[in-house]
Amino acid sequence: MSDTPKIRMRGVKKRFGPKVVLDGFDLTVMPQESVVIIGGSGSGKSVSLKCVIGLITPDEGTVEIDGVDVATLSTGEREEVNSRIGMLFQNAALFDSLPVWENVAFGLIQGKKMPRKKAYDVAIEKLSQVGLGTDVAVLSPAELSGGMRKRVGLARAIAGDPDIIFFDEPTTGLDPIMGHVIDNLIVQCVREVGATALSITHDMASARRISNQVAMLYKGKNIWQGDTATIDESGNDYVDQFINGSAEGPIEMELLKP
Amino acid sequence: MNPLRAIGKAFIGFLASTGRITVFAATSVSHCVRPPFYYRLIGRQMIDIGYYSLPVVGLTTLFAGMVLALQSYTGFARFSAEGAIPSVVVLSITRELGPVLAGLMIAGRIGASMAAELGTMRVTEQIDALETLSTNPYKYLIAPRLIAGITMLPLLVFVGDIIGVFGGYVVSVYKLGFNASAYLQNTWTFLEPLDVVSGLVKAAAFGFLVSLMGCYHGYSSRGGAQGVGAATTNAVVSASILILVTNYIITEMFFAQ
Repeated sequence: MSDTPKIRMRGVKKRFGPKVVLDGFDLTVMPQESVVIIGGSGSGKSVSLKCVIGLITPDEGTVEIDGVDVATLSTGEREEVNSRIGMLFQNAALFDSLPVWENVAFGLIQGKKMPRKKAYDVAIEKLSQVGLGTDVAVLSPAELSGGMRKRVGLARAIAGDPDIIFFDEPTTGLDPIMGHVIDNLIVQCVREVGATALSITHDMASARRISNQVAMLYKGKNIWQGDTATIDESGNDYVDQFINGSAEGPIEMELLKP
Repeated sequence: MNPLRAIGKAFIGFLASTGRITVFAATSVSHCVRPPFYYRLIGRQMIDIGYYSLPVVGLTTLFAGMVLALQSYTGFARFSAEGAIPSVVVLSITRELGPVLAGLMIAGRIGASMAAELGTMRVTEQIDALETLSTNPYKYLIAPRLIAGITMLPLLVFVGDIIGVFGGYVVSVYKLGFNASAYLQNTWTFLEPLDVVSGLVKAAAFGFLVSLMGCYHGYSSRGGAQGVGAATTNAVVSASILILVTNYIITEMFFAQ
């Protein structure tokens, strides 16, 4: 395994107007690791992810992918980097105007210029990988249930056999059983593709299932990072309160401040 | 709040919006002329803007021509100047009413639709998804709409001009009792290529503005359903105002003595 981190964020700061969202956020993700960023609602998890993907430009700090500062990349180079990543959005973000198979094959047809027939075959294969049959391929995204949309989103994320896959709240809005199914699919797909995974969630059960490293984001900083197996013995009051979902603790005290 | 402060804030806000729209327009136009081109999407937009808008533009210009003939007759009859009706109808339709009415109708039909579609794509993260799939949203979403708007509106207006003149002809000949061949001859005699060309140039400019406003407000929308609704309204209102302002500027360019 390479010593170069797959993803490294150093001192990343981002504010929206007067609200400071990231305040010197650091994160290191090694190749083929699966890291989950946990944190409360509005703590900046999505912003941190979007800084890595390039959807948001940090005010300060650096974001490196494979040791390259992505801020220095040209548009073409950035698109080349994006062609090596996959992303599962919170609500799947499927294109309404395209059938399911074309959603899955979109990156192959538009980004990698694959012929449509070949891309269709790959899409069918990826859909079967997430447990969906060919009958679903021709449906419109509007005809799918929440769980099916997530599966299609997952199939789209892995369609290009990416190096890095991002998961934005993968189980939000799903019932516990479907959430578990999606988590298992994520673990299985990431393993099969051999990718590095970076996820954000506030669902601890999901975080434990899909990660081998956890980082906690609080007040714009990474306040703890360690093995998922050791999170119960983190020794950090904020982490303890968050993973136990306790109403009492340092986070509550901060929330109650005027 | 101090009134001067409020005025200053509004003015700075206006300048900031103008700057954002200018940057958006420049970026969009640059993507219109650089490959790759998404021909399938351009074709789809052309059909949507051109073919599917034909009934509404046709009806609008048809009745505009009919009303124009009728109103001109009631006015000109007082001065025994009924013979000027064919030229009034054809010049009004080709120079002004055709492009302006078509532009306003397209702003309502297409500008609103573009803003709603792109706005929904924005708030449901579909535009973010495009970027993660190595697809430039300006090339994939904006450029095809701009190209289709610029090319289709002149065609629509050209057809609308013919229908509008036909509307004036029908009222004049079948209701007001004009001689059919004399009406047509008067129409052709007073019509010059510049009249038609100026209308088509206006149409291309209006097509650009309608598409630009629809795309800009949709692409920039925030805040869920309410944001999409506001984007749709803003797209139609701003495109309509810009059409009227641009109409005056282009008229000055072509016809100012």
